[in-house]
Amino acid sequence: MHRYIPSTSAEQQELLKSIGANSIEDLFVDIPSNLRFKGDLNIGEGLSELELTKHIQELANKNESGLTCFMGAGAYDHFSPSVINHIALRQEFFTAYTPYQPEISQGTVTAIFEFQTMMSRLTGMEVTNASMYDGQTATAEAVALACENTKRSKIVVSAGLGKDTIEVIKTADETKGIEIIVAPLKDGATDIEATKALMGDDVAGLVVKSPNFFGIVEDLGALEAVAHSDKKSMFIVNTDPSSLGILKAPGEFGADVVVGEAQTLGIPMSFGGPYLGFLSVNKKLVRKIPGRVVGQSTDAEGNRAFVLTLQAREQHIRRYKATSNICSNQGLIMLMATIYMSLMGEQGLKEVATQSMQKAHYAYEKLVATGKFKPMFPGKPFFKEFALVADADVKKINEELLKSGILGGYELGKDYAEYGNGVLIAVTEKRTKEEIDELVRIMEAI
Amino acid sequence: MNKRYNKVIFEVSSEGRKGYSLPKLDVEEKSLSELMPSDLLREGNVGLPEVSEFDVVRHYTNLSKLNYGVDEGFYPLGSCTMKYNPKVNEDMCRLEGFTTLHPLQPESTVQGALELMYDLDMKLSEIAGFARTTLQPAAGAHGEFTGLMVIKAYHKKNGEAEQRTKIIVPDSAHGTNPSTAYVAGFEIAEVKSNDDGSVNVDSLKEVIAENPGAIAGLMLTNPSTLGLFEKSICEITNLVHNAGGLCYYDGANMNAIMGKVRPGDMGFDVMHYNLHKTMSTPHGGGGPGSGPVGVREDLVEFLPTPVVEKKGDEFILDYDRPNSIGRLKGFHGHFGVLVRAYAYVLANGSDGLKQVSEMAVLNANYMMKQLKEKYKLPIDQVCKHEFVLGGIKDTSTGITTLDVAKRLLDFGYHPPTVYFPLIVNEAMMIEPTETESKETMDEFIAILNKIADEAISNPEILKSAPQNTPVGRIDEGKAAKDLVLTYQG
Repeated sequence: MHRYIPSTSAEQQELLKSIGANSIEDLFVDIPSNLRFKGDLNIGEGLSELELTKHIQELANKNESGLTCFMGAGAYDHFSPSVINHIALRQEFFTAYTPYQPEISQGTVTAIFEFQTMMSRLTGMEVTNASMYDGQTATAEAVALACENTKRSKIVVSAGLGKDTIEVIKTADETKGIEIIVAPLKDGATDIEATKALMGDDVAGLVVKSPNFFGIVEDLGALEAVAHSDKKSMFIVNTDPSSLGILKAPGEFGADVVVGEAQTLGIPMSFGGPYLGFLSVNKKLVRKIPGRVVGQSTDAEGNRAFVLTLQAREQHIRRYKATSNICSNQGLIMLMATIYMSLMGEQGLKEVATQSMQKAHYAYEKLVATGKFKPMFPGKPFFKEFALVADADVKKINEELLKSGILGGYELGKDYAEYGNGVLIAVTEKRTKEEIDELVRIMEAI
Repeated sequence: MNKRYNKVIFEVSSEGRKGYSLPKLDVEEKSLSELMPSDLLREGNVGLPEVSEFDVVRHYTNLSKLNYGVDEGFYPLGSCTMKYNPKVNEDMCRLEGFTTLHPLQPESTVQGALELMYDLDMKLSEIAGFARTTLQPAAGAHGEFTGLMVIKAYHKKNGEAEQRTKIIVPDSAHGTNPSTAYVAGFEIAEVKSNDDGSVNVDSLKEVIAENPGAIAGLMLTNPSTLGLFEKSICEITNLVHNAGGLCYYDGANMNAIMGKVRPGDMGFDVMHYNLHKTMSTPHGGGGPGSGPVGVREDLVEFLPTPVVEKKGDEFILDYDRPNSIGRLKGFHGHFGVLVRAYAYVLANGSDGLKQVSEMAVLNANYMMKQLKEKYKLPIDQVCKHEFVLGGIKDTSTGITTLDVAKRLLDFGYHPPTVYFPLIVNEAMMIEPTETESKETMDEFIAILNKIADEAISNPEILKSAPQNTPVGRIDEGKAAKDLVLTYQG
């Protein structure tokens, strides 16, 4: 028997006997014989643990990992304290099911309640759900929510969301009959005048991202006025929670929905997943939001206890009337982000944001000073990511950086013909002055 | 589980405490006002906790002890496949060669990661009998959505998307099936189940006849949500195909049939796996899951971008797929979950996976036989990996399935799935999985039988259960009425 299965052959026989079956095959007689799979699956024989770890370690070794990372574009190399993994690996958290039995899931539901609280405070909103798959799908869900809530089928999204997020919105929402209108950028930020012209009494809302895909902090005050120029239309802001230690919360600008990617809260890059989406709203929308929500209550003895609530919104109750089909979310990643926010706390989150921003600006100035890179969007405020136009070929520059174990910026020309030979560089608190100077030295030399 | 710990992190907080350390800023510091217009800067505090590192460790350790995980005991949750999550998988997904990879690194620098994805695609495709499997979907429901989008794209290519608006869903289906069909922009045509949970073929014929040319497809779980193999499976898939629809297989119950029968060979065109069920990746208290979607050869062109392809000895991310349904989520799926599933598939191999399904089915049949004396068994025939009871037989004292479930908590068990499927009254859905021993099952059976006796001799103890858990029965009505969703203290 395989090592993950406890039954011995003797026990198997015992079980069969008590059922009154002669063989295992008797238990599969209900499968028509012409359908039965004959022979062995062509996936190889089972490996011992030693063979298994050797094989997977070899695959891991084929990657160039642990690079000095100056790439962002939606995934960031932030510091992740050791404590997170130790707690997340406690079996009580990671082998537990969705907390449908609250009496034996108070650990999970309490952590969700803490997450809901921290994210709501960061975003300046009243309510946050227990998580979405990632920032892109959370944005797509927010679009569906806005259309459902306003009974309108058009949405205006800023090009500043970046191509991938817009594509996910289109894949998820066009099938619901929603028309997605992309508002153009001007100097890297959402073009206010052009966006105004796209709004109207048939538009459900405006979606912007700040800091946007190009790292620029948008003028949320002005954009809010555009979004709300029609009374019913909604203002949806996608944001990076790690910026909110120093940047004003979208809720303070009057956002109706705040979404985003919380991978920046201590979650490893891990080749793109699993990450952590979030969705925050004000109380008046709580019955419209997708996903799980935990509420406070009391138990039979009157003690405080937490429980999943408002489940009537969800797929397992509403079935074909649910606004979203999300069921499994990102429970364990949510827990990791909650632990991160606890560890970093009030001061830590501020410091991460401050250091990222200071170091990004240092790198920006050093690179511009070489004379070989021009700011793509001069004078625009940015947080930890910025776009430059290079004299030399960006692809060549990145190949050269790689030789020194440095992962250079994102090559904008790949996805944005209009920004050909542009590079988008991200700098987090993890990067040292020495690493930045080395980056500048190599980039200048080409 | 320990005595009742009842704090939230904010109640551990003390102003000025720190739980983090960062190197000193080593670049010249500029004033914030130089970097950012003041109206974009936050004024005042966020309201995050201020705690020491040890405060955090102790708080979350204490919280964890209020939980119940698979490692400590039996978790017979029907439809959820709460099997053992092998420890080595956790080591594998945490290898530095994976965790530090940026998803947009040049393909030449992530050959190992791409090879792993390609190989997992090949193996999942072989296990289910399909041509290719996309690894992008984030969860089972996300996989369902992906699959229905593929079906939509197929009809669109044939110029029939406008007319084919209906997805057939049995009334015994998981809630995600109808809701996925709805959010994917389809209408639902419900087909009746027989008493044994199988599809009523006459009802299916009727639904098809009522919707000429309008059937886009059928979503089916097989074995059904009652844990029974669909006896008319080929007739069903043929009927749908003849009506011009495609057949979608909900792989929630894949644990019953690996190496025994393949969805692709039963006439299915598209399916999703739940890696957090069948392939043993941990449930994590509600995620992350992963819901890869397998398709037959002529549907591969519709899979979401990017697709990992092999060109000679190189692995590439192929974005140039004009007929693709597009991108479903950021980047390449839940890579860390994929590594765990890959480790599991390799550790088992063809021989191991077959044993998995054989033992899962044997265990379920054994438990069903042992429990039918004191519990109603609506359908008494060979089951697959799970079975559904209809509550206790003797209901003279008014004891419900909910009471039984809450009483099980007192004995240190996670209860089965209750009140699902909807077609069975007082349903209790039990799935032991292959990783449980005879002793574990026997103990659980003894406890369930004891509870059935208590229901008659001492019904009060069931109605007031649980007593031995960190908290008693929670007032769910109050939570929904008062709506306290964030910490107000």
